[in-house]
Amino acid sequence: MREIPMTVVVNGEKHELTVPAWETLIECLRDRLGLLGVKKSCDVQVCGACTVLLDDRPVSACTVLAFEARGKSLRTIEGLARGDELHPVQEAFVEHGALQCGFCTPGMIMATVALLGENPRPTADEVKHYMRGNICRCTGYKRILEAILDASRRMSGGAKGNGGAKGNDGAKGNDGAKGNGGTKGTDGR
Amino acid sequence: MAADRLTVVGRSVPRLDARDKVTGAARYVSDLVLPGMAHAKLWRSPVAHARIIRVETERAAAVSGVLAVLTVADLPVKRLYYGPAYRDQPILAHEVIRYAGEPVVAVVADSEAHAEAALAHVDVRYDERPAATSAEEALAPGAPLIHPKLDRAGHFRDLSGLRPVPGTNICQHFEYERGDLARAFGEADLVVEDVYRYPALSHHALEAHCAVARVDADGLTVWAGTQHPFPVRKDLAEIFDLPLAAVQVVVPLVGGAFGGKCYTKIEPLVAALATKVRKPVRLALSLEESARTITRHAVTVRLRTAVGRDGTLLARQCEVVLDTGAYADIGPRVATKTGYRAPGPYRIPSLRIDSKCVYTNNVPAGAYRGYGVPQVTWACESQMDVIAERLDIDPLALRRKNLLKRGEEYVAGDTPMDGDMAEGLEQTARAVGWSAPLARGRGRGLACAMKDGGGTHTVSTAVVRINADGSVALLAGSVEVGQGARTALAQVVAETLGVPFETVVVVPPDTSITPYDHGTSASRSTTVMGLAVEAAARDAREQLLALAAKLLDTDASALAVGDGTITHGDRRLTVAEVISGHYGLVGGEVTGVGSFVPGKWSGTLGGATVFWETGMGAAEIEVDPETGAVKVVKYVSAADVGQAINPRECAAQDEGAAMQGIGPALFESRVSERGQLLNPGLIDYRVPAFTDLPGELDSLLIENADGPGPFGAKGVGEGGTFCAAPAIGNALARATGVRLTELPMTPERVWRALRAAGRVENP
Repeated sequence: MREIPMTVVVNGEKHELTVPAWETLIECLRDRLGLLGVKKSCDVQVCGACTVLLDDRPVSACTVLAFEARGKSLRTIEGLARGDELHPVQEAFVEHGALQCGFCTPGMIMATVALLGENPRPTADEVKHYMRGNICRCTGYKRILEAILDASRRMSGGAKGNGGAKGNDGAKGNDGAKGNGGTKGTDGR
Repeated sequence: MAADRLTVVGRSVPRLDARDKVTGAARYVSDLVLPGMAHAKLWRSPVAHARIIRVETERAAAVSGVLAVLTVADLPVKRLYYGPAYRDQPILAHEVIRYAGEPVVAVVADSEAHAEAALAHVDVRYDERPAATSAEEALAPGAPLIHPKLDRAGHFRDLSGLRPVPGTNICQHFEYERGDLARAFGEADLVVEDVYRYPALSHHALEAHCAVARVDADGLTVWAGTQHPFPVRKDLAEIFDLPLAAVQVVVPLVGGAFGGKCYTKIEPLVAALATKVRKPVRLALSLEESARTITRHAVTVRLRTAVGRDGTLLARQCEVVLDTGAYADIGPRVATKTGYRAPGPYRIPSLRIDSKCVYTNNVPAGAYRGYGVPQVTWACESQMDVIAERLDIDPLALRRKNLLKRGEEYVAGDTPMDGDMAEGLEQTARAVGWSAPLARGRGRGLACAMKDGGGTHTVSTAVVRINADGSVALLAGSVEVGQGARTALAQVVAETLGVPFETVVVVPPDTSITPYDHGTSASRSTTVMGLAVEAAARDAREQLLALAAKLLDTDASALAVGDGTITHGDRRLTVAEVISGHYGLVGGEVTGVGSFVPGKWSGTLGGATVFWETGMGAAEIEVDPETGAVKVVKYVSAADVGQAINPRECAAQDEGAAMQGIGPALFESRVSERGQLLNPGLIDYRVPAFTDLPGELDSLLIENADGPGPFGAKGVGEGGTFCAAPAIGNALARATGVRLTELPMTPERVWRALRAAGRVENP
């Protein structure tokens, strides 16, 4: 059994782990770290329920191996709110009623954070195409679209001037601990 | 109470579970971890029909971490078979395998990985038999008999009327006739006859079936993502020969259901495994396995209709055949209801309905949002447009002419039509721009349908507890599958009691704590459970006022309640002050109890319904003649909700339902070959994605406060699924002159039809 030692920063917290080579990232996050907000559904990288951010890029935790996160920074739904204060994307999802059963919601929100990181003011069509890999069986998507567009307006209003609009790769190279603290400023990228 | 005096009901308050769901704090059954919990995996049959000769488990049992490898013979149960209509489904395959994918052997191990690894070493010898893998095959002379004997479950009053046909694969035959059919067809100006097909579908709720069971001195506890905790408890009690009180079924949040989690599914197996290995056991199916657990019925509808020259419907003959798969599940009732609603929401003097529920060697079919209505509406509403076209009548005008009016009976003795469908359809048509000019390649279509809502002869009970601090706990067994029931019920409590919404907490369903409820299906929670909850809150309110009256030395009728305060002139008492004042200490509580007990079962056809759930839909589409692709430019759905308890959530339910109608209209379908499901998972089975969202998707809520539920509410949630397919099909026909009778309307099917009709040039 090949065991791989790794350091990974999850939601701003550093973890030293030893994982079997074939352990998937979703197993690592749910079973090892107890991050149960990461949802397992299709298990074949179609539905997006397990979307987490690996160095700010959205990945399906069901088909990424845990060791691929070695030396990188991971962000899950649990790392988004700051105490009682919700992330603007979370706020928008609540206010627009952009959820029903909620099983897709963590993945949907993480993909939205990634989208708005890459493209702070997407058009409705850009949202639809970016989010195509996140399936919601309940809502019919309309309210999710509205929530995302609203979050985009709120965040680009609040994040102007921090120069972080292209900050996706900015977290690379450091251990990612910074920029994952969930402050409104950094989230505004 | 007049709508303008409502303070909590009618407001789009945020869902109670929204914050937990957006932060990842929400917990579903699949998130449950118990100390020392073992994991189960299932060996499933690769063949559709076979006799089991021998099961070799020794090598699998020797795999590291494996606790047990069990066949049905090893399960510690009193009864092997379960099912809501017939007790026909064994907990694991028993002597016979009846469909490809049927669980035959269960492995329990210390981890999912070890259980999975052991599956490869399970060796099952079987003797394959001829299979019937479609309803046509199963009805053919000489077809293999899938269940030679049937044991009625006796669970439900309406199912005591089950009529299987001995010596065939028909497990329910529903028939109805009225009027002089022969004469009507003889005298008609127009007779149309078509056959429509609707394929089997997968529910694909994102959370697959999951259950965890634990046995201890108090009895059996099962945590399950089920829509029917109380019927599941009953099955478990009977299967394990336990009193109901020793069986506890707990339902946390459920990650989608849509009917796929109705009634008993994997719960008896998980409970048997936990009993056997004396540890808590978790069984979490994959999405593919869920697709091999339950489906929506594939249905064939032959529809023959007699019409007068002016478009008046004179007679209709409906022959409906449902493929219910290897085990009946709730299929017989789906067949009855499908037959019942097959004629559509119209005034038709002469009628003959014949609906057959047929066993096949396919995955069992059961409940799925609409209970057969989407299937028959595809047929009925497509044919309405065929009639309109032949008679050169506007499709909207044709429907208006024949639609049942408010107060008109569908069938003598049944609940009369309780809404205004013609007006609803009119509004829907207006919203889609029915008479506006159309661009080239575009078309508009509409459809309407109805379904008896609220469930047949179902009971709900509820308890409202006002605590000493003025906070209120609602104990109600309605399952939160995403529909927002808990939020709506909390709004009913707050409104009825006159307390702030924020003070109400809703306790999740737990058969040992929350009082009896039939289940969460048939759009019944807000209406039927809502009435029980309202009654419980009224009971609590009256008790509270009586206590306050004593403290204030006045009459209860002289008191006013609002915002958590009881006032009498300029004297005020908070709810907390009343309770502590009465008990003379800081504890104590007021407990209100309420129930909904259905009226006497009457009616000659389907029985009295609590309310009619109607659905109206209209589509504008664009057809690409080069590819056959149909794009939904605009879709308008309308739902008669009586009074929206939470308007945003009502509209959201309707929009979601509409998308669950658009998927099967255009691309969703299970594909099987000789009983082998070829697209079990999301790679090959396409569900609607973000990019399938129509250019515009609108939901109209019709609110006349005329429902039987609290504050005039009617149930919502299924109606939006009824009309999408026929509305789109009718739009396609009006845009191109080409009509499809089989779903889904894939680009290939549309393109071939266009080419066959000479509407596209050959390259």
